[in-house]
Amino acid sequence: MITDLAIVGAGPAGMAAAIEAAALGLSVTVLDEQPAPGGQVFRAVEAAASDPALAGEFLDAGGALAKAFRAAKGIAYRPRTTLWHLDPDAGLLSVTSSGATAEIEARRVVLATGAQERPVPIPGWTLPGVMSAGAAQILLKTAGAVPEGAVVIAGQGPLCWLLAVQLLRAGVERLTLLETGSGGALRDALRAGGLWTGRKLLAKGVALMRETRARGLKVVRNVRDLRAEGDGRVSTVRWRQGTRDHALACDTLLLHEGVIPSTHITRALGLDHDWDERQLCWRPRLDEWGATSHPNVAVAGDGGGIGGWEAAAAGGRLAAIDAAHRLGRLDAAARDGRAAGVRKAQRAALALRPFLDRLYRPGPGILTPADDTIVCRCEEITAGQIRGAARRGAAGPNQVKAFLRAGMGPCQGRMCGTVVAGLIAETRGATMEQVGALRPRAPFKPMTVGELANARPEAMPELTA
Amino acid sequence: MFRRRPEARPAQGGRLVEVFVAGKPVQVPEGASAAAAVLLSGAPAIRTTPVGGAPRLPYCMIGICFDCLAEIDGVANRQSCLVPVAPGMRIEPQVGARAARIEDAA
Repeated sequence: MITDLAIVGAGPAGMAAAIEAAALGLSVTVLDEQPAPGGQVFRAVEAAASDPALAGEFLDAGGALAKAFRAAKGIAYRPRTTLWHLDPDAGLLSVTSSGATAEIEARRVVLATGAQERPVPIPGWTLPGVMSAGAAQILLKTAGAVPEGAVVIAGQGPLCWLLAVQLLRAGVERLTLLETGSGGALRDALRAGGLWTGRKLLAKGVALMRETRARGLKVVRNVRDLRAEGDGRVSTVRWRQGTRDHALACDTLLLHEGVIPSTHITRALGLDHDWDERQLCWRPRLDEWGATSHPNVAVAGDGGGIGGWEAAAAGGRLAAIDAAHRLGRLDAAARDGRAAGVRKAQRAALALRPFLDRLYRPGPGILTPADDTIVCRCEEITAGQIRGAARRGAAGPNQVKAFLRAGMGPCQGRMCGTVVAGLIAETRGATMEQVGALRPRAPFKPMTVGELANARPEAMPELTA
Repeated sequence: MFRRRPEARPAQGGRLVEVFVAGKPVQVPEGASAAAAVLLSGAPAIRTTPVGGAPRLPYCMIGICFDCLAEIDGVANRQSCLVPVAPGMRIEPQVGARAARIEDAA
C-alpha cells in the first residue's frame, strides 16, 4: 500500500503536518524514533503531564498538540521506528524497528527531523558529568530526574533560562548560570526589531528571567574561555571574565549555545543547503512551503532553520497543504486560502528570531576552538590536529575525515562536522561555502546485519495515532 | 549523578521498572531510556572510547552523539538513549570497540 504522505518525526512540525494532511484527506504515515509523540521540545509530554516542574507551555501547548495528534483519524503512527535509508525518486523509506527492517512507499515525504543542540567544544567537554543542557532537560521530561550536587549551566540562549527555572522548581539547590556572550549583544540585538510582533515570546522570556531571580539563581555574565576539568569526571569548571580567571566546583556541567538544524538526512540525500551566517549553521534550501531541491521531499520545522515550536507547527501545516496540492487534492486557490492564516501565525512566531539570533550569537570560538580541544568526540581528534590537516592540504571536511578519521566514528560527524569545517575555513582563509560539509551516507544510523537480514514488515509497531 | 523525584510522576503511583546497570539494580520510571537508567545508577561511565580508552557518559540524550553506546541485553553498540527500559533489562558498559562474536553469526 502506498501512503500519500510519509512524515519523518513526531515533534511539533511532524504532528501538525500529520493532523493537517489527514484533515485534507491524505493517507498519512508518521514514523518517529521515540516511543511517544512530542519530539524533543515536547518529549514525553503525556507521561510528564503532572510534573509541577514542567508546568507552563510545555504541558499546555505540547499536551494539546499531542492530544490532537492522537485524536486525528487517518494517521498511521509508527513510534520507535528509525529511518535508515530514503530513495526520494522512488518514494521508498527503509526503516528499522524492534530488530527488523521494513519499507514504506510514499507519494511525498516530509522530513520533520528537527534540531540538535549546537556542539560546544571546550576543553574537557568529553568528561563524564559534562552534558548538553538539553540532555538534562530530556532527563527531567522522561524520567523526572535532576542532577545532584553542584550544577552549572554554561552558555547562552533561551533554553538556559528555561532549564534553570525547571531545575530550580524541581528542587536543585546549588545551581549557577555562567552566561557567555558579550555586553554589547543586547544593544545590537535591540536594533534587529521585531519586538512588538514578537512581544508574546519576549514576555515569556522576561517572565523566565524574573522567576530565576525570585528563586535565587546565581548568574555570572560575560563568561568566556570555559573549560571543564576533573579526573575521570568533571569536578571544576574554569572561565575568564574580563581579565580575571575564575573557578567553581561542579558535579554536573550543562553546556548550551543554541540549537541548529539536524541536516544529516537532508545532506545524505544531496539536497541543496545554504550556510546561515546569522545562526552559524547549514540549512536546507526551502521554498515558502518547505519544499526542498528534490521534487518529492519537503522539510518542516527546525530541521529547515531554527524558529521554535510554533513556527515549526506552522511549517508542518504548510508542507501538508502543499502536499495536498501537489497530489491533486487542492487547487492553487484553495491551497493559498488555507495557507493564509497559517502564514500569519508563522510570521508572528518568527518575529523575535532576528533579536534572539543576535542576542545569543555564539562567540567566534564555537567553530574554532583552541588547539587542545577535542572536536571529534568519537575518534578523539583535536582542533590542533584538524588545523594541521588543513595546512597539509585538506580543503574540506570529507578530506579531513580521510586524513584523520574525524567524522568517521559512530556519530558520523553529527557532532564535529560543522566545527571541522569552521577550523578548515579559518586555517585556509576560506568561506564555509567553499569548505563545504560532510556527505553522510545511508544507513543514517548504524544497524546490525541481523536487522538488515530480518525484513519483516509486520514487525513494525503501528498504532493509529 | 541524577536522582528521581517521586513528585514528577504522582499520577502513575510511581510506576517503576527495575533494570540492571553493570549488575546493579536501579529503579527507573516507565518510559525512560536505558541511558537515563545509567545516569540514575551513578555508574562512572557507560563506555570507554575505542581510541584512547576514555570514560564516557551520555552527552546529548537525543540520539545524536553516540556517547551512550552500551551493551543492552547482550547486543553491543546500542544507543541507550533511544532504548526504553523494560523489566529486567541488563545494561552493560561498552568497553572499546564492539568485538565480533561467533554467536552473532549463528
